[in-house]
Amino acid sequence: MTVTDGSTDSVPDEKGASGKATGDADGAVDRVESQLDLLPRQGAVLRMSEVAAAADAEGELLEGENDQTMIVNMGPVHPSTHGVLRLMMELDGEAVVRSKPIIGYLHTGMEKTAEGLTFLQGPTNTTRMDYASPFFNELVFSMATEELLGLELPERAVWIRTLMCELNRISSHLLSMATGGMDIGAVSMMIYGWREREQVLRFFQKVTGLRMNHNYIRPGGVAADLPDGWQEDVIGLMEMLPPRLEEYDILMTGQPIWRDRLQGVGVISQEEAVALSATGPVLRSTGVNWDLRRDMPYLAYDELEFDVLVGSYGDAFDRYAIRLNEIRESIRIVHQIVERMPTGDYRSDDTKVTPPPRARIDESMEALIHHFKIFTEGFKVPEGEVYVAVESPRGELGCYLVSDGGPKPYRMHIRGPSFVNLQTMPHMMSDGFLADAVAVIASVDPVLGEVDR
Amino acid sequence: MSAEATDVDTETEEPAPPATLYDAPVQTVGDQQVIHPHRDEWHEMAITLLNDGWNMCVDITAVDYSAYAAERNLPDGVIPERFEVVASFVSYGRRARMRARAQVPGDDPRISSLYAVYPGIDFSEREVFDLFGITFDGHPDLSRILMPETWIGHPLRKDYAVGAIPVQFKAGGGAADEGVTP
Repeated sequence: MTVTDGSTDSVPDEKGASGKATGDADGAVDRVESQLDLLPRQGAVLRMSEVAAAADAEGELLEGENDQTMIVNMGPVHPSTHGVLRLMMELDGEAVVRSKPIIGYLHTGMEKTAEGLTFLQGPTNTTRMDYASPFFNELVFSMATEELLGLELPERAVWIRTLMCELNRISSHLLSMATGGMDIGAVSMMIYGWREREQVLRFFQKVTGLRMNHNYIRPGGVAADLPDGWQEDVIGLMEMLPPRLEEYDILMTGQPIWRDRLQGVGVISQEEAVALSATGPVLRSTGVNWDLRRDMPYLAYDELEFDVLVGSYGDAFDRYAIRLNEIRESIRIVHQIVERMPTGDYRSDDTKVTPPPRARIDESMEALIHHFKIFTEGFKVPEGEVYVAVESPRGELGCYLVSDGGPKPYRMHIRGPSFVNLQTMPHMMSDGFLADAVAVIASVDPVLGEVDR
Repeated sequence: MSAEATDVDTETEEPAPPATLYDAPVQTVGDQQVIHPHRDEWHEMAITLLNDGWNMCVDITAVDYSAYAAERNLPDGVIPERFEVVASFVSYGRRARMRARAQVPGDDPRISSLYAVYPGIDFSEREVFDLFGITFDGHPDLSRILMPETWIGHPLRKDYAVGAIPVQFKAGGGAADEGVTP
């Protein structure tokens, strides 16, 4: 086993954690050198460049290629690819042999852009990554900045953030129900899912002024307090949703066609999912009980009661069912938040970070200076590097932030869950039918804005 | 905050022998431990981590430190280089995170790939290769992923300028004529 130099034993519980490497009786250690053998369908990943694909299209047979198969591109413009995902697939008749996700069509260099924006402007940039769950992008960037600043937030700011994120999880999963439903053939689901999501977005608009790309969660707190009467709006939403979810159950969950299309499709094993760094519903569908909200609590999640949903088969149906029931769990969480929302300030009172209230500017020179400084130069963030992760609707959304003491991030990197989860697709699709590939894409639910950044 | 982060909370009495974890210098940043292996030990380190219960490598990224204004906060014995490859690990058993940072010189930007140990970093390594031009030895398909295959240059390097399109103003003259955006 590993030698940890005696000087540090800050690693807790060395035995309990490592289920893998267990020593024999004579002390010889069964050391895992590679996880590749955990991926029985490794060959399902097509590794072919554009040049090779073009040659293939010309009819030139590459060495070792099978004459019976055909390379077909699906996307980037295809209704079921959730944006601009392109899949290069090797088909043997109707069956997918190998496939390769080709991405980058939506690449706008957001990580580079972030280096030119101040920390306060940062969320305007990151919020556009995963456009189906913008609050999470803002949150992870703000949390990383706050960790570098060593900033403590007022209770209310934390709880408002939790509320908005959970509502966003609902709206994001509703969207996934809608588009996923249509991909499989439940076309009316498209309308229903979108309708419910719109109701949630209407609340977002009331609070933040925008339906998407809110720039509401900012370093130091949130942009504005919740409007008067927000409780009624939220409770109204939470009462509207459960019956609608029952309708989804009737329309989809119990439907034999729906089940036939999803059950046993796109199966991935637990070992594969972990080895491929999958997170979120993709990981949980295989039975791995891992949710950052519970296992590495952030925001107010350690004070909230909710269940983490796990599947057992790792197929497309499990992933669908997890999302549907996560909406129900989120509703449960939101009810608790409405009950327990603390009073107080909605943003930090650190004048170096938080712009002063408008009224203060008229009467205080200092407030005017702070206002001017924050919006022209930005606030300086102590040097250092930090990695912060939150559980977005798609999995672990991480932000690696490096500051050199200036008002702009020296480097900002986003670990997008969709980006990483995309790697599981070739494994899920292999040996399935082309029509099932659509079900697989829908069940992984990537958002290409975040994949390409 | 990073200054005091170096002292590791140990029960050792001796005055600060260079703290190590997995045979690499270690720092504690926030609640996460950061190890600084040499790039030659990168692959070996990953195997060690995997066998010690660090189930998942969630992310690999890189930083180009060539324009870093502050002093680099590295433990003793780690020689700063232009690039730094950063890998984040998660352990389910410990419910903990850890980072590994390896220095990679700018004139020889290569490091071994962790693909065999943690196959999930396939895309991440391709991304770093694409945007930083760091080669991962042993990766099965090190090709561009976000930029087009024919792209020249590595956009996230600090010497890669942010593109600008010249703006034509009505009055003419000035910055627009020189092809510089205001």
